[in-house]
Amino acid sequence: MKNNSVRKTKQARPSLAKDLKKNWSLYLMVAIPVAYLIIFKYIPMYGVQIAFRDYVPIQGISGSEWVGLKHFEKFISNYQFKTILWNTISISLYQLATFPLPIILAVLLNYVSREKFKKVVQMVSYAPHFISTVVMVGIIIQFLDARSGAVNMLISALGGTATNFLAYPEYFRHIYVWTGVWQSIGYSSIIYIAALSGVSSELHEAAIIDGANIFKRIWYVDVPTIRPTIVIMLIMQCGSILSVGYEKIYLMQNSLNLSQSEIISTYVYKQGIASSLPQYSYSTAIGLFVSVVNVILLIAVNQITKKLGDTSLF
Amino acid sequence: MNNRSFKRRCLSDKVFIILDYAILILLLVLVAYPLLYVVMASFSAGAASMTPYLIPKNFSMAGYQAVFQFKDIWTGYLNSLINMVLGTLISLAMTMLCAYPLSRQDFRPRNFIMILCMITMYFAGGMIPSYLNIKNLGLLNTRMALILPGALSVYNMIVTRTYLMTSIPGDIWESAQIDGCGNVRYLLSMIIPLSKPILAVIGLFYAVGLWNSYFDAMIYVSSRRDLYPLALVLREILVLESSNMDQLDVNTLLALEERRNVMKYAVIVVASVPVMAIYPFVQKFFVKGVMIGAVKG
Repeated sequence: MKNNSVRKTKQARPSLAKDLKKNWSLYLMVAIPVAYLIIFKYIPMYGVQIAFRDYVPIQGISGSEWVGLKHFEKFISNYQFKTILWNTISISLYQLATFPLPIILAVLLNYVSREKFKKVVQMVSYAPHFISTVVMVGIIIQFLDARSGAVNMLISALGGTATNFLAYPEYFRHIYVWTGVWQSIGYSSIIYIAALSGVSSELHEAAIIDGANIFKRIWYVDVPTIRPTIVIMLIMQCGSILSVGYEKIYLMQNSLNLSQSEIISTYVYKQGIASSLPQYSYSTAIGLFVSVVNVILLIAVNQITKKLGDTSLF
Repeated sequence: MNNRSFKRRCLSDKVFIILDYAILILLLVLVAYPLLYVVMASFSAGAASMTPYLIPKNFSMAGYQAVFQFKDIWTGYLNSLINMVLGTLISLAMTMLCAYPLSRQDFRPRNFIMILCMITMYFAGGMIPSYLNIKNLGLLNTRMALILPGALSVYNMIVTRTYLMTSIPGDIWESAQIDGCGNVRYLLSMIIPLSKPILAVIGLFYAVGLWNSYFDAMIYVSSRRDLYPLALVLREILVLESSNMDQLDVNTLLALEERRNVMKYAVIVVASVPVMAIYPFVQKFFVKGVMIGAVKG
């Protein structure tokens, strides 16, 4: 927000009271969203302290007993801790590994000279983005069904044995990540397509005259230009390593694949809300643990890219 | 780029172009085939009657008949529609009320409020404190619990603010002021009509989000079946299948399962129609929205 600092330097700033009188309607307007933010965002932030207390609803937040790091210790010493943490991290890193795919798609589209074909590919590949999570998981379950699913019918037709893929924990992360790629590759590429459209054609012409082929032009002209966009997107993804898309994972879980599909967020939901004896403080502590790790990672990756002389988020 | 029409290409470039088209066609098939399969299967008599060529051996509308008789789906549909329309309107109003004052260079607390907004992008109370907050506000099991928690997306607000600051010249405000136009009137009769393109974009972001969300509903209205949005009804049908069919003999069971499968495909189609139907028309807006957001970072 660079233009924030641009102020009319000569003009003395009017006092707050004067400004309030003059622009009272602006204050009134902004009061509504500010009140909203306080009620729906800041009060829950204040409520995070129940992670350090034994929250009892009747006693309220500040009335509940302060227990320090008890809940964090309980989580870390939980026998499931390692599994859940590993599941979360491995799914997340696996997903991160597919990060270049939308970039590759954008580059490929950039060298298509038939505009109509390009439009069709874009249109079709964006479409799955608009399928809701529930419907997406519904499709996955239908397609992978052992008896009537399209995938297994194909496998049987080719002479293989039909497998109920969702019942095997070891397949879970592959299914999760690759259906995610299927759903989002097109939409995620939009931002890179936009960035690539900013590459100057003079650079390309100069490169062609110098005898560079397409591969070289991609590597020495396109990639350096869209590099800031790539770095920003990468930082943002790294900042959410511990919060993978739990909405989809929760729906894909079943009792058979839980050993590899239980992640931190779904565990929080089960302990804190879905359980008949909700452990509010315990699950808040886990949520806070996730946020803290995420922020640390975000700052760390940001610092690294800054050191490397690249773009940074802040 | 207009540099592709160079007449002479070297061999590696030719190879690249051929590979390029081959990969994109493969992608096209990989994305489109499952989508078409779902649609065609919903018109079949059962998944077993599907051929790989996407044309069912037996054409049947049984799946849709079953869906139309399913009352929960239509309650869900109505709920989702209400949530989407009401939620989008509230969100747009909220976004505009925040973005407009913050876009004014002469609005004194703009930096302070901007920081207040941005903090919520990086820090959040998390699932449980938010749930307890909604509970304490008495919103649990009300429609507002589905609409209000996401009513203001700071990201969308910043995108809108950027648009207002870059696309609407400040001179207009100055001359309007001289003509005696106040802030409220300026917002209503100048800013809002001038920012229709951006309102369309973020309105669509909000609408699609509201239509597709299920987790909030699962948390906040779990004991009010009449408030279930479509997504939550779908979850019961598609994901949580209730399987108390053990007593039936194998043949009946298989037939029943076939029928349920077809119905599921029909449900998937029916649920995706609203978004998919408007998608080709609004695709341009989405692309624009992503780009405005990207410029701002």
